[in-house]
Amino acid sequence: MRYMLLMNYADTPGVPPMSEWAPDDARARGEAMMAIHQVLTESGELVGAEGLTGPEAAKIVTHDAVGAPVVTDGPFPESKELLAGYWLVDVESEDRAIEIAAMTSAAPGPGGKPMGKEIQVRPVMHGPRP
Amino acid sequence: MTDADGLLRGLAPQVLGHVARRYGRFDEAEDAVQEALVAAAVQWPDEGLPDNPRGWLIAVAVRRMNDRLRNDSARRRREERAALHEPAVLPPPVSDSDDSLALLFLCCHPSLTPASAIPLTLRACGGLTTAEIARAFLVPETTMAQRISRAKQRIKASGVPFAMPTGEVWADRLPSVLHVLYLIFNEGYAASTGALVARSELSSEAIRLTRMLHASLPADPEVAGLLALMLLTEARRPARTGPHGELVPLAEQDRSRWDQELIADGVELLTTALPSGAVGEYQLQAAIAAIHDEAPTPADTDWPQILALYGLLGRMTDNPMIALNRAVAVAMVDGPSAGLTRLKALDEQLAGHHRLDAVRGHLLEMSGHHDAAITHYRTAAGRTTSLAERDYLRSRAAQLSGEDRTPEGSGE
Repeated sequence: MRYMLLMNYADTPGVPPMSEWAPDDARARGEAMMAIHQVLTESGELVGAEGLTGPEAAKIVTHDAVGAPVVTDGPFPESKELLAGYWLVDVESEDRAIEIAAMTSAAPGPGGKPMGKEIQVRPVMHGPRP
Repeated sequence: MTDADGLLRGLAPQVLGHVARRYGRFDEAEDAVQEALVAAAVQWPDEGLPDNPRGWLIAVAVRRMNDRLRNDSARRRREERAALHEPAVLPPPVSDSDDSLALLFLCCHPSLTPASAIPLTLRACGGLTTAEIARAFLVPETTMAQRISRAKQRIKASGVPFAMPTGEVWADRLPSVLHVLYLIFNEGYAASTGALVARSELSSEAIRLTRMLHASLPADPEVAGLLALMLLTEARRPARTGPHGELVPLAEQDRSRWDQELIADGVELLTTALPSGAVGEYQLQAAIAAIHDEAPTPADTDWPQILALYGLLGRMTDNPMIALNRAVAVAMVDGPSAGLTRLKALDEQLAGHHRLDAVRGHLLEMSGHHDAAITHYRTAAGRTTSLAERDYLRSRAAQLSGEDRTPEGSGE
């Protein structure tokens, strides 16, 4: 079963934005994320994962198929709802997807304290494809 | 699948069995044979089929095996040390079919999770490449390669020998072999992920491997039952989807498109297996499939017989999906409200499962409660991860609400 685990830019209550973290804290979080990546790669569960650039680099595009496409640059008022990154995993059960999400959520924040970031667990739709 | 593919797949387990027995190293032998199969897939179409394809594959695999052993000097030293201390034991000569069977039992070892056993079986016994398996399961090739290599490490670590299990061990292990084959078939039939073409190939591969198992164990009624179940289910494939890939439910399928030859084969297998006495889950499921397949129209379906079979199945397994199907059979025999009563018992166990909502919607529709049926169809549509199923459930809900909007419409 394939699940997409999504993390967005929403601030976690009581945690300052990452741009204000001590470098060691940011490095520790990066290493924890890499370790999770490694675990999922070795278990053969990882299908794909990407981290996205921040809201500053985001553009929102709409098009009515008549005029020119409308491109809006950031910053966006609802930037906390923007996606920060995802993991696509292929796992035996929903329980396992939740376990991975929990592991990711608990990656350390400032002072090495588990951050408790919100992770969405979404079953992926499938087939038929040509 | 081309003829050459078919030949390669049939030979794959024989060649691997031979090499694994000769070297006693399943792990490396499996890689060497995979390389030989890839070489054959590249060379044979250009250079023509060798006179002795099996011998050709064994020769290439043995050469690769020797390369591997030679390249790894540390391993060679270990080999030499071992050779000094241990007498050389030559494996006893066995038949190709024994080898293939031993291989299947090894790949479906109960210490492996289905996610590892399935690709390993497809590669080692089915001769599929890692790329083909990855495509069928919609994961990157590296992910699939990792799963296969972990599965092999696990087998190695467990110390299970490459040999045919005997006596009680055999009886203990057969169910997990049947389960893996059943899962491979279902992956292909239910098309839970991946490209359609690659998926149907999984079903035919499962059928081929189960045929092989049945040829080796013709007297085992559950092996025959599983093969019958696959054939009787596969027979309906041509009628199961519409021109745009949409799902066609059993009651609406064009039965003239069912494959009568597969049905006849399945029924014959079952007729031989059932009287043997040891009735198991696969035989019962096959018997239910046979009743559907043999009904010329949905109205001719012998539902009381199906209900009786579900009763027997229910005593063998606590699988809630069996209980769910049984509730449908109850509705067909005793009316929808009896079926709905049955469903209540499943509310806890199947909470949040789309099939519970879909069945409840169906039974509510049967009993004329259209508004409630629409609600359940829509809930089910929101919960399923299958696009085809979602579209079907939505169209069912839309149809019902359309009927109810027609002023003169009676609903049914």
